[in-house]
Amino acid sequence: MSEKVWNKPTPEHVRKGEREVFERTVLPYVNAAYNLARWLTRREEDAEDIVQESLLRAMRSFGTFIPGRDARAWLLAIVRNCCRTRLRRKGLEEPADQLDETVPATGLWSNPETVLIENINSQLVRRAVEELPLEYREVLVLRELEELSYKEIAQILDIPLGTVMSRLSRGRRELHGRLCNVIQEGRK
Amino acid sequence: MSCDRIQDSLDAYLDRELDVLSARDFERHLNDCDACRVAFERYRDLQASVKTQLPYFQAPESLVRKIRTQLGSSERRGEPSTIAWRAWAVAASLVICLAFGTLLFRSALRPSSTELIADQVVSSHIRSLMANHLVDVPSSDQHTVKPWFNGKLDFAPPIRDLSPEGFPLIGGRLDYVDARAVAALVYKRRQHPINLFLWPASDVDSKPSALVIRGYHVIHGIQSHTAYWAISDLNADELKQFVQDFFYQSRERSDRSADYTTRTTVHSNFIAAKRGNAHNHGSQSPQMPVRPLIRESRLPLPAPCAA
Ligand SMILES: [Zn+2]
Repeated sequence: MSEKVWNKPTPEHVRKGEREVFERTVLPYVNAAYNLARWLTRREEDAEDIVQESLLRAMRSFGTFIPGRDARAWLLAIVRNCCRTRLRRKGLEEPADQLDETVPATGLWSNPETVLIENINSQLVRRAVEELPLEYREVLVLRELEELSYKEIAQILDIPLGTVMSRLSRGRRELHGRLCNVIQEGRK
Repeated sequence: MSCDRIQDSLDAYLDRELDVLSARDFERHLNDCDACRVAFERYRDLQASVKTQLPYFQAPESLVRKIRTQLGSSERRGEPSTIAWRAWAVAASLVICLAFGTLLFRSALRPSSTELIADQVVSSHIRSLMANHLVDVPSSDQHTVKPWFNGKLDFAPPIRDLSPEGFPLIGGRLDYVDARAVAALVYKRRQHPINLFLWPASDVDSKPSALVIRGYHVIHGIQSHTAYWAISDLNADELKQFVQDFFYQSRERSDRSADYTTRTTVHSNFIAAKRGNAHNHGSQSPQMPVRPLIRESRLPLPAPCAA
């Protein structure tokens, strides 16, 4: 943290300082923000709007950001909330109770068929993930692409750690099962 | 651990979210139970393949430009008093954190040049990502990057082709750390850029230390009279793998791995948190696993500052 920013308390310097600190700590995660928004909304234009909105919101509430904490997780939580709001407004949000978290995860583990890994390509995976319920998509993107820990994911999604674990495991098995089906369909 | 439990903790194991004891139980069961081992391997391979095929969407250039303009104008519109107040709130909380940190750790850890360098390295890394100025010489060929530094530096930085290890070279950049010109090599793992800063060191070799600063993983040390700092938003294990491949590749497998000390900084104060690998005491055996199929234990990553 550069000290010269804080040593000159004239308004211009302070203003400049805040912008500078914001740019240094939050702006590097524009890609992460866009990627999450893109996966959650599934549309380029929506993702762009959401990233703009989220960064403005982040800038406005930057005073509540605690220096030293993970700016990426902080920004992603804002992005995720913006996505939720937009999907709800558009009437696109699936109700959360659609997922029965008590039903044991099925999928490849219990499926004796072995999917041929060579048949998996990014287009298949992309389509299959896009078709997953929102709750699975968000944990999968945060874990597989952002490589966040369960604890960080729990904080971003504001759900218990155990729910992260079960959703991720269910989401992966659901995804594996769907991929398996698609590939088998394709072979017939 | 029962077969059911294996199925339940499979993902946590793969994500290294199991505690050391449970991970050991998990592995013990896999050794004894053929059915679980076969299923585990299939799941692991499929999972790895899905993960590598999952696309990461990059923000379009135009969007990034738009955001910069937008931030600039919103700043001008904002009321100076509230913005000043907010900035001071940030400054104040920083001061409190620093004061608290100093109080706690003053005796153990005095501010060192390492801390200052660490801060500069992190800033350089972020700057290189933000300004879209990752490299001066974009090339995956070490024989292009190496001569580029001729005349720009008073030393010839070592450069390695690590694409077989999954770390393709992106290029090189001239940077400044600790008031001197240094070589910055840029490698990539998936979408994560790695900045490797190199400059000559007169000190004796020192073992790599791992730090977490402002959410970035950093590994630094001195090897063959070269001071190195590797930094990335990549996970700690893969960054260690990178450092190992870069500096310890040619050695015998038995001493390829470097002994690691892990430290964390919170607001640029270092908290010593040596890894407690009790079984390694007094021996030369490596602490850093060499790309194991089944990882021994998960790295005790420090939690972000909860202040
Ligand atoms: Zn078993």
